Amino acid sequence: MSQTTHSGSMHGGAHDAGMGEDHGSLRGYLTGFVLAAILTVIPFWLVMGHVIASKPLAILLVLALAAVQIVVHMIYFLHLNTKSEHGWNMLAFIFALVLVVIVLGASLWVMYNENANMMPMSPIYQQYHKGG
Amino acid sequence: MNTTVADMHPPAPPVFYTREEVHHNGTLLGFWIYLMSDLFIFASLFACNAVLGTNYAGGPTASEVFDLPGLAINTALLLVSSVTFGFAMLEMARQRKRAMLIWLAVSGLLAAAFVGLEIHEFATMIAEGATPERSAFLSSFFTLVGTHGLHVTVGVIWLIVLMVQLGQFGLTEANIRRLRCLSMFWHFLDLVWVGVFSYVYLVGVLR
Repeated sequence: MSQTTHSGSMHGGAHDAGMGEDHGSLRGYLTGFVLAAILTVIPFWLVMGHVIASKPLAILLVLALAAVQIVVHMIYFLHLNTKSEHGWNMLAFIFALVLVVIVLGASLWVMYNENANMMPMSPIYQQYHKGG
Repeated sequence: MNTTVADMHPPAPPVFYTREEVHHNGTLLGFWIYLMSDLFIFASLFACNAVLGTNYAGGPTASEVFDLPGLAINTALLLVSSVTFGFAMLEMARQRKRAMLIWLAVSGLLAAAFVGLEIHEFATMIAEGATPERSAFLSSFFTLVGTHGLHVTVGVIWLIVLMVQLGQFGLTEANIRRLRCLSMFWHFLDLVWVGVFSYVYLVGVLR
């Protein structure tokens, strides 16, 4: 029932032109949903089905699919574009993204080096701390 | 007298030569900037999890404690709730209050089910001895996933309050603005969840 009542808004693209007044369209939400569902099913299948023997490759694929899905959410659900709020939404997002990359990347980099350069542990300690 | 003549001609109302639209205000941009600051909280918690994620301290490992079928259900609940909230926003734009309230209720119930399943997952893990204080891996897991769950819970409470407001006062300008802020919050939490299920759970099981 609700599908038929919604079909009218399929042609509702006209009101999307207003600045910062973007409520999206039914087509947009459904496209986003289908893309997000596909991009969710693939990583679950990769991990639960043990599809790829190489772990680093599997990790890389799962992260890449997550990155693509985040972009899908940004475009189809959050309606992020360069026009809304005169581009300030996008600018704030890019600023946040740069800081997030610095926080995540630098944490991993520094802690990896800390681990690699740590003093050798005693065998007894190592026994309880595999991968520590 | 001159003064009485002046009183007879009140000044004309001022004319504003603004190119911005009348409904334009800073709340939505401000709320977006709040969400970006929220992103920093999640980023630092993700960084903790990235660094400490394999420090099991001899306790349970990620592949031992994570229930992937349950995770799939939770992920589906949150994604569908994001889409139904979008449907509510479409009904709002078409001034159809009843249909909008129904879609909002559906979104709220899906998110409540998500929180319920997550509490159940936490309770199961703690009963098995995988408590937050057991290892650095579990501390970072409970902090990150718990913070996200807390956000969703707050979102559900906000939704209930806003639905009462909408029922009483209708689609006023203030309510529409609030609804659009909540819509951003809702979709943002689904976006963060993409990072949680991909990185914390799926990559956690792999590494």
